[in-house]
Amino acid sequence: MQRDYSQEAIISVRGVSKEFDGRKIIDNVSFDIYCGETFVIMGCSGSGKSTLLRLMTGAIKPTEGSIIIKGKDISKLRTYQLDELRKSFGMLFQYSALLDSLTVEDNVALPLREHTKLDEEIIKIIVKMKLSLVGLRGFEKYYPSQISGGMRKRVGLARAIALDPDIVFYDEPTSGLDPVVGGVIDKLIKDLSEKLLITSIVVTHDMQSVFRIADRVAMVHKGKLIQVGTPQEIKNSENPYIKQFINGLPQGPIDFFKEDIGILEEFI
Amino acid sequence: MISSIGRFIIGVFSSTGGVVILFLRTLYWVFIGPFQKKPVKLESVFYQMGFTGLRSVLIVFFVAIFTGIVLAMQTAYQLEKMGAVLYVASLVAISLCRELSPVLTALVVAGRVGSAISAELGTMKVTEQIEALEIMAINPVRFLVVPRFLALFFMLPCLTILGNLSGILGGFLVGVGSLNINPYLYLQTSFKYLELKDIYTGLTKSFVFAILIALVACFEGLNTTKGAEGVGRATTRTVVISFILIILADCVLTSIFYFSNM
Repeated sequence: MQRDYSQEAIISVRGVSKEFDGRKIIDNVSFDIYCGETFVIMGCSGSGKSTLLRLMTGAIKPTEGSIIIKGKDISKLRTYQLDELRKSFGMLFQYSALLDSLTVEDNVALPLREHTKLDEEIIKIIVKMKLSLVGLRGFEKYYPSQISGGMRKRVGLARAIALDPDIVFYDEPTSGLDPVVGGVIDKLIKDLSEKLLITSIVVTHDMQSVFRIADRVAMVHKGKLIQVGTPQEIKNSENPYIKQFINGLPQGPIDFFKEDIGILEEFI
Repeated sequence: MISSIGRFIIGVFSSTGGVVILFLRTLYWVFIGPFQKKPVKLESVFYQMGFTGLRSVLIVFFVAIFTGIVLAMQTAYQLEKMGAVLYVASLVAISLCRELSPVLTALVVAGRVGSAISAELGTMKVTEQIEALEIMAINPVRFLVVPRFLALFFMLPCLTILGNLSGILGGFLVGVGSLNINPYLYLQTSFKYLELKDIYTGLTKSFVFAILIALVACFEGLNTTKGAEGVGRATTRTVVISFILIILADCVLTSIFYFSNM
């Protein structure tokens, strides 16, 4: 589905670098994310894609460059201003990150209870609505430890959209799930972005998932942006990194195992 | 060798700084937060009070009563030689209220509640629950630290009073049962020499101990890294550091009270 991207960027990443202990994890990355699109960031483990996501949520600050969300440079905001902006964010964590001590219902209700003055009855109705959106009505009284990983992900998704956010961040939404549940999660992401007009930023290395949900894809390798384009452009890309990544080839420019293979050959 | 000493000293200073900052942020949410329409949820304070206070009653009771019994027997052993067995009563009461009950209760609570707090917060940290709170714009200090801090601050002195009473009961059992002191005379002697300042210096100590336990446990919990092993390490550090700080603070406070004649 082709959309009109002529409108202004909702998230704009400009020349961002991030160093940890002198090691450059993100190296001069720039891209724009437009309102309403599903933007997928893909790359190998350790490529810096999760760091990129945490930079965008304001969990960590960039060493250089700026990240502008809804016209505000988030690294220059004060805590309460960042919190105000974060009320329009939702985030689905890799391991769901539900609060263990609260029931499913209380987990989804938490942002509503903290940030709105709604009556308890209305909150209960909203929670029911959000849970039925992710197909989990009737599980209100369970604790996170009593439900499966796929269900926890869906509860996490319900919590992420509890406050009707404009932007939802997904950190590896399908990793660790079986293909069927993974497909369900992908469909939910797609549905939410189309029905609720949410801008979605997805970090993943699941190629199936990328081609199911993405409007645009960015490939990251060793902290550098390799290419940004539509799924079709990525599929037809002649870039050797992208070719190796989407086909899952062990040999190519991505030399993840080179040193290990070298050691192995010495023994043989 | 020298570098490891240096690293240790830097570590001590940076953790001290971190604990002080956490203390200031806690005070901010206790006193200033409510005026910015972000009050701490009272339900969670009461829930924590139940966990810290009510569920520690039994262990505090037993520790204090046995201490009272031991104290009575040991002092009787000395005082019998001088024919002053009656004074076991006042000695037990005063030493419990001024010193033993606040310190022992704090140590028990540090072991039981402090370790539980740091294990809980540490697990939340390593499973990204703390980060999830931050992204939901919920301040972890307000949401997690303040209820635990307030619960400890109010419950530890209560538990100390319970410790005072059960320790005196322990002494009473020995005095009446084995030393053949008249029960009325025992109680009369206990409270005759016990002054109000003995009780409130003891309680002052327990307020300070409560602050120390809460801050150390929350700081260690919120700064946990490296998964399950890290949670274990944070819990151990909480118990060790709060034990040392409790004894150290006790020493400082006792000398302040002693030299100012309190």
